[in-house]
Amino acid sequence: MRKVVITGLGAVTPLGGDLNSSWKNLISGKSGASTISRFDPTGYPCTIACEVPLGDGLNANDGSFNANDWISSKDQKKVDTFILYGIAAAEMALKDSGWKPQTDEDSFRSGVGVGSGIGGLASIEKTALLLNEKGPRRVSPFFIPGALINLAAGQISIRNNLKGPNLAAVTACASGSHSIGEGAQMIKNNKADVMLVGGAEAAICPIGMAGFSASRALSTNFNEIPEKASRPYDKDRDGFVMGEGAGFLVLEELDHALSRNARIYGELKGYGVSGDAFHITSPSEDGDGAYRSILMAIDDAGISKEEINYVNAHGTSTPLGDEIELRAVERAFDSAIEGLSMSSTKSSTGHLLGAAGAIEAVFSVMALNENIIPPTINLDNPSVETKIDLVPHIAKEKEINSVLSNSFGFGGTNASLIFSHHYN
Amino acid sequence: MSDTLEKVQAIVVEHLGVEADKVTASASFIEDLGADSLDTVELVMAFEEEFGIEIPDDAAETILSVGDAISFIDSAKS
Repeated sequence: MRKVVITGLGAVTPLGGDLNSSWKNLISGKSGASTISRFDPTGYPCTIACEVPLGDGLNANDGSFNANDWISSKDQKKVDTFILYGIAAAEMALKDSGWKPQTDEDSFRSGVGVGSGIGGLASIEKTALLLNEKGPRRVSPFFIPGALINLAAGQISIRNNLKGPNLAAVTACASGSHSIGEGAQMIKNNKADVMLVGGAEAAICPIGMAGFSASRALSTNFNEIPEKASRPYDKDRDGFVMGEGAGFLVLEELDHALSRNARIYGELKGYGVSGDAFHITSPSEDGDGAYRSILMAIDDAGISKEEINYVNAHGTSTPLGDEIELRAVERAFDSAIEGLSMSSTKSSTGHLLGAAGAIEAVFSVMALNENIIPPTINLDNPSVETKIDLVPHIAKEKEINSVLSNSFGFGGTNASLIFSHHYN
Repeated sequence: MSDTLEKVQAIVVEHLGVEADKVTASASFIEDLGADSLDTVELVMAFEEEFGIEIPDDAAETILSVGDAISFIDSAKS
């Protein structure tokens, strides 16, 4: 049976323009939230977001992100920002893995899968206004290819000569996780040996903020103190904080990785999926979909529940969703919740929508390797009573055997991933 | 005339990311300057915007080099 291991990681998040800065800030309990700077949010119900810190990037070595480090300025104009973040994080992961196709066969066996929830929304918004003002002949020929969700995978495959499976999972907030799970399936089913997988999102634009606020999904009570707004499990939570960025993993068939002495971060051991068939934005109240997705992942992994000591929650900081997931985890783990820790890194990064599952998978693998559990910040007064340790405020050092990462999307689409150590 | 050349050069440099000294009158967009079919569409749009003219699709198809662009622009303006 073919096994899937992780040999590379990359991330661009509101906590830093690279993985090291992001992880360091995450375990220090930092918040990536601030008043929106991408446009003037005056008059919007929610005026805060978690933005990727822009700056001089690699030259400054200060954790900022500079698109010029990854893509020429002429090419930047041809793609939406979500694709820029994707291209950068993907290259970081690929470089980290040390894998580069040398032969045609290598290329044919190396694929890419990149999810996004809403893709080129900012480009669509800008072009719609331009169309209205100047007519159809002023619409750029690069508008469509620059906004299409699958062009993140497209661009990455072109730039890195990856000719294997070329995919794009679009399942809202579960897109990142499904990209990873489906990428692993490609390897397990012998359709590829290497899959560069992840998610990317950049929806902090007027229509994105207006739309999600209109659906009552965003926090509106903390506009004056943005860093307090994302507070999963806390009694004062009132919605999520929009984030942006990208996360990537290099998934590789085990023998392929061993034969080139690749550094192995761990194994993607389990993948669970389900649908709620309940409501367009709310999860089913009994957490049934989450419960089944978690159990399927555990069953797929073939490990006992006790071996999972950390759950990286979906935990978006919405009044209903947080507790529903918590109860589903309790029900799924049953007596094995003794000693279980669960935190929501969305407390620090905000909700990266289609990229959330991807950066959270990256953080899960980091936790597994560093034996450090990132905290749930802002958890001043939990509204829930539970035996599960929610890791309030401060990161926790703990020996970790396996990590479960959950992502649940609008429309009731669920994904659960389990990462475990690989031992030779 | 040289004013047209300068403006065309600036547009080509910005959109194709090539060095200014490569943008000579005889330079072909696709063969010499690395443009693809979508780049050439965008260049034509940029010329229309810059010079306040309209370049119909059938005419655009004949604009294959910097020199072609200059000729079309100059005759359209006169």
